[in-house]
Amino acid sequence: MTTNGAPPPVLSLKGVNTHYGAAHILKDVDIDIHAGEMVCLLGGNASGKTTTLKTMLGYLRPSSGTVYMDGENVNGWSTAQRVGHGLTMVPENRRLFKRMTVKENLEIGAYLRQSDDLDADYERVFEMFPRVKERLTQKAGTLSGGEQQMVAMGRALMAQPKVLLMDEPSMGLAPVLVAQNFEIIEQINKAGVTVFVVEQNANMALSIADRGYVLQTGKIVLDDTSQALLANPQMRAAYLGDV
Amino acid sequence: MTQAATVETRPARRASRITPVSVFLWALRIAILAIILYGSYLSISSGRLSAAQWRDLFVFGISTGSMYALIALGYTMVYGVLRFINFAHGEVFMVGAMMAFYVANALAVTPLWTSSPAVSLLIVLVAAMFTSTAIAVIIERIAYRPLRGAPRLIPLITSIGASFTIQYLVRGLVGPATKSFPRMEPLRGTFEFGGFVILKTQLVVIVAALVMMGGLYLFVEKTRTGKSMRAVAEDPETAALMGINVDRTIVNVFAIGGAMAGVAGALWGLVFPSINFFSGFLPGIKAFTSAVLGGIGNIVGAMLGGVSLGIFESVGPSLVLAGYEIPAFSQLKDVVAYAALVLVLIFRPTGILGERLAQERT
Repeated sequence: MTTNGAPPPVLSLKGVNTHYGAAHILKDVDIDIHAGEMVCLLGGNASGKTTTLKTMLGYLRPSSGTVYMDGENVNGWSTAQRVGHGLTMVPENRRLFKRMTVKENLEIGAYLRQSDDLDADYERVFEMFPRVKERLTQKAGTLSGGEQQMVAMGRALMAQPKVLLMDEPSMGLAPVLVAQNFEIIEQINKAGVTVFVVEQNANMALSIADRGYVLQTGKIVLDDTSQALLANPQMRAAYLGDV
Repeated sequence: MTQAATVETRPARRASRITPVSVFLWALRIAILAIILYGSYLSISSGRLSAAQWRDLFVFGISTGSMYALIALGYTMVYGVLRFINFAHGEVFMVGAMMAFYVANALAVTPLWTSSPAVSLLIVLVAAMFTSTAIAVIIERIAYRPLRGAPRLIPLITSIGASFTIQYLVRGLVGPATKSFPRMEPLRGTFEFGGFVILKTQLVVIVAALVMMGGLYLFVEKTRTGKSMRAVAEDPETAALMGINVDRTIVNVFAIGGAMAGVAGALWGLVFPSINFFSGFLPGIKAFTSAVLGGIGNIVGAMLGGVSLGIFESVGPSLVLAGYEIPAFSQLKDVVAYAALVLVLIFRPTGILGERLAQERT
């Protein structure tokens, strides 16, 4: 993978095909994500966005092709191993453990870091989301949508991610909260975490991402910088709401 | 049939909240309540049993019920993570009781049995616990894990098969004869504190069950492994995406459920000192009933359900049925237990503490 000394991508898919039962979801997908980047994956419903994330995490196994982390083939790794190596996901619709307390949700985020001292991590989460600290002993199911989003982000940060995978962070949130959420994602990226955002809201995602991929029925059809994608007429017609 | 019923009731429900079905159910509720109250009134006013006898029935109910509760934990925890009823769990209990018998029998001829009964009892308990844990884990590995992606009915049917397999395996290995547990002299007779009299065996059972249940509750609430179990029970996919090894968590659940059933098996031998290869069936069904009564999937519910069921079936026949001059009312305790199950399913399908599980996982 490595050529002329440049570091390999922190995460990449090479010629990945993923099936869900008999359905062929991902078709020869190539994605490279480099350290420190913010990359987005755009696409409509059922284009294979979530499948891409689950394949990256090893929750789904590709039928062919390879997933690399830091240039290493991780096809044989379990999800837990990949999470342990810094790949963390914020699932669509947050998917908190609603019957568990906020504190316990954060603890589950740090599940694989049992030997570490977590105090500094809690502080970091509380600094970013003071509300989370107030709600610590409450059941996660009793929180508002915005608060749940904060806990979901906090839970992911507790894993000390190197690469943060975000599945539709704008889903089910009021516009104000969406903007706030994207600000936080930017902030996390600036702090050195590589971010891969999967979104239907192409305008929002491209406004903060460095680069973007466009997924259409399981195929990558466009792959460019955010500016180029925003200027692309084909893109504007299909995803950015131009008529 | 259900479809036809819903189709019929829907327009009626739109017109008013009162449907023929709900009228019928209310009538049934009132009738059952009347039967219970009138029967209780007749029994109590007849003065057939003294206060002390009522108390004994009650305490007996608690001690039997706490064993049901221990077994019920296995049903409810497995249901929590896998959403199916492991009908082989009664056999996990039986194998523990069987091992307890063999270990107790071996110990009974040694001086340890009389010199330090507490240690002997502990050895019996631990042996039963380990055996049941091992069996539970083996069943999971062989019978259920290969079916992980299958529709839920498939592992359910498999569990019935596993149940028969274990029964007849034990029958083949140790023979069909009923074995009787060696007596423990220091546990004979009663224990008295402040005028309250209780059989020593019952006291041991209740205390041991309480300790195990308290320990389990703390384990599930406070430890990392316990939290991972709750996370998997609530949302296995997200738990997996957070890096929790779901398969290992499921093994832990089976192991802990097995350990609880093993303890129940050893305790069972103290109270009902005869056991054979079929002894797991009835307690297993009762424990399943307890789990449903308490709200399947809910750990505290299983504990409450077990103790409640023990009390119902111990006190119920003398309280309700004796009043109607039913000749062999004490033979009807199983009827009371299953009637309780049916009534819970009709009037409160979610059990005492249950939540609407169908809505939690889609």
